[in-house]
Amino acid sequence: MRHDHLITSKQLSRADIETVLDRAAEIDADPSAVADRHANTLLGLLFFEPSTRTKMSFETAMKRLGGDVVDMGSVESSSVKKGETLADTVRVIEGYTDALVLRHPKQGAATMASEFVDVPLLNAGDGAGHHPTQTMLDLYTIRENAGLDDLTIGIMGDLKYGRTVHSLAHALTNFETQQHFISPESLQLPREVVYDLHQRQDGSGIKEHESLEAVLPSLDVLYVTRIQRERFPDENEYQKVAGEYQIDAATLEAASDDLTVMHPLPRVDEIAPEIDDTDHAAYFEQAHNGVPVRMALLDLLLSDDRGIRGEADE
Amino acid sequence: MSDDHDHHDGDDDHELRVSKIRDGTVIDHVRGGQALNVLAILGIDGTDGEEVSIGMNVPSDRFARKDIVKVEGRELSQDEVDVLSLIAPDATINIVRDYDVVEKHRVERPEVVEGVLSCPNAGCITTGDEPVTSRFSVLEDGVRCSYCERIVREEIASLIDT
Repeated sequence: MRHDHLITSKQLSRADIETVLDRAAEIDADPSAVADRHANTLLGLLFFEPSTRTKMSFETAMKRLGGDVVDMGSVESSSVKKGETLADTVRVIEGYTDALVLRHPKQGAATMASEFVDVPLLNAGDGAGHHPTQTMLDLYTIRENAGLDDLTIGIMGDLKYGRTVHSLAHALTNFETQQHFISPESLQLPREVVYDLHQRQDGSGIKEHESLEAVLPSLDVLYVTRIQRERFPDENEYQKVAGEYQIDAATLEAASDDLTVMHPLPRVDEIAPEIDDTDHAAYFEQAHNGVPVRMALLDLLLSDDRGIRGEADE
Repeated sequence: MSDDHDHHDGDDDHELRVSKIRDGTVIDHVRGGQALNVLAILGIDGTDGEEVSIGMNVPSDRFARKDIVKVEGRELSQDEVDVLSLIAPDATINIVRDYDVVEKHRVERPEVVEGVLSCPNAGCITTGDEPVTSRFSVLEDGVRCSYCERIVREEIASLIDT
């Protein structure tokens, strides 16, 4: 029996990604066809950090496939509070369930946990590291709205701590994309991520900027992330910086009519509500795509004869 | 009086500073000042009773100054010494039996080092109480944690897990 894990988007080839996105499209078109496909399957939810939408969309996805979830609950009420290691926790819960979803504050937590279990393990975020299931729904949304090849994308906001950004940037190197990274200097991409992107793609596909203005007209997709107040030493500095990376209708006057605006949500004030009703806004659609995409991932990982490895890697 | 196993580089005059060994390993051409790190990375701290001689900042033809480490009674394997390439890339390894050098080789950069270094990233899962052995992949110009992916290029010796 084969069981893959999903730990980082770096492990995925173009064929792997397309396998998942194609399956998500099939499920999206006819969800009833898979309503009982994973009856009696139990998914273990191990969230060591708070989560609303990732956790709820995994729960929804598993139930829409006919299965159910068991939830560790908050760290405060679990044996983790007593000092249990993550390695022990995953080995215990593995015995109760058919697959595990893990979110943990430490980088590398999912990599380590996957070395202790045989059931499929899906990384739902490891510190500032990776968030590959978010990446798959981002890619699905980009493919639906703009296509993944010949794509010019701007990724803006907190690029230093934003794990969704790191995962997405890695995955996009599988496609013919021009990636523009727009952030204040203090929140630029970690050098490790830049190093990896250059290993994957010659430097011409990667550009870093401090301002959106110059690149906005060329963009097919603008992916906005939240700049968090706690990243700055004082309120004034935060206000000064954050204001430069917020968009409203006036900002988008310089953009292409076909620009797709995305955001992993939750947003605070990075995207003005007036954009919600324009053709640019894809962030709620993006959030909804979390369910069919996670259904596809669970379906592929839980099926004995499948997996997320595309044929190119066989 | 000469020291057979150091004949090759004309440093004989200075070899008297370090006593010769009968059986064991001589690690030569270590960058000056790195000898203690060499021992640390090999996990040799004297508590197991090994006879160890160290020469530090000895004048050398090849380098201005070099360190030499001699470990009596222990033949280090290629796997054991390759990790030295991280801090002593020019080191040569001489295996000595009955005062003769019977094997001589260079250190080679391994692809991965396990359990030798500890990750400097406080946010890395390996820095807590988890039952996990550290693992670093070796890059051309540094090392990279296999768990959190942090790259370290400077002062790798400071990561040695003691």
